Amino acid sequence: MSLMDFFRNRNKPATASVAKERLQIIVAHERGQRSQPDYLPQLQQDLVEVIRKYVKIDQTDVQVALENQGSCSILELNITLPDR
Amino acid sequence: MAKILVVTSGKGGVGKTTTSAAIGTGLAMRGYKTVIVDFDVGLRNLDLIMGCERRVVYDFVNVINGEASLNQALIKDKRIENLSILAASQTRDKDALTQEGVEKVLNELREQFDYIVCDSPAGIEKGAYLAMYFADEAIVVTNPEVSSVRDSDRMLGLLASKSRRAEKGEESVKEHLLLTRYNPERVSKGEMLSVTDVEEILAIRLLGVIPESQAVLKASNQGIPVILDDISDAGQAYSDAVDRLLGKDVAHRFLEVQKKGIIQRLFGGRE
Repeated sequence: MSLMDFFRNRNKPATASVAKERLQIIVAHERGQRSQPDYLPQLQQDLVEVIRKYVKIDQTDVQVALENQGSCSILELNITLPDR
Repeated sequence: MAKILVVTSGKGGVGKTTTSAAIGTGLAMRGYKTVIVDFDVGLRNLDLIMGCERRVVYDFVNVINGEASLNQALIKDKRIENLSILAASQTRDKDALTQEGVEKVLNELREQFDYIVCDSPAGIEKGAYLAMYFADEAIVVTNPEVSSVRDSDRMLGLLASKSRRAEKGEESVKEHLLLTRYNPERVSKGEMLSVTDVEEILAIRLLGVIPESQAVLKASNQGIPVILDDISDAGQAYSDAVDRLLGKDVAHRFLEVQKKGIIQRLFGGRE
């Protein structure tokens, strides 16, 4: 580090810690998705279509998640219906 | 029993081929019969890094298709005994590598060699998949930079779910982290992720840290694996990594900023 750098770099936040924080979040998120079975996106799509026969909903109004607790798996469906 | 080692990363340009060449050469120098296999079909480059580009007659795909025998295609290194190279094909046919074909060649290689080092192409397409599928151990090459770390994590996910060991329910592929292009000075300034940062995120055992070094380009310019430049920092760091791979307990070097003289400190000498 030269003398000039020394003055220039003072007071600036370290970008490496920003990188670490961002990585920790995205990596944790992607690991969570990885453990889910491949059929989930298709299941979500099919569910949206079935519900759309009756109610007008958006693609994002159906949330599907699979949770494993020991030997038991829980498929959690969360469907948000529009305001009446 | 022969060991299959894959050098992989997901991201391109992080140093997979440099690492394959260095680690393969290092293993051969320690007396193990070693072959380095280039899986990057269509973008052959290991031959250039190893300095044998003019000696390639037959390649990996020729052997798979039965157009050449394995021994015709293997290129013996002229510097190091025990070391051979199997070049990738320059074909543009994306389906040139088949799972059965790769398995057949690897099984044949197992009979002749102690270590089979598979140099993976970048990405997660077929070539990269086949390079890691049969692996017993994986060296995940990572740069201290966000996209490389994320891609490495993705590769680790694939190794844990799509490798032969994972599919057969055998003991999982042994994963090693190799951090390359590491610049301690930038780390100390808070401009670059540190070894501990990357270790914390990826949570796999650290095989080595290769400092950013002029020696790497100098070596590749000449077609010499950088591990043969044993006075360079990168060469020594690779050598330590090979020892660790073989189970030796070697302290990590080149993690701290090299001390500079007062003149360099004031005016900022060039690396």
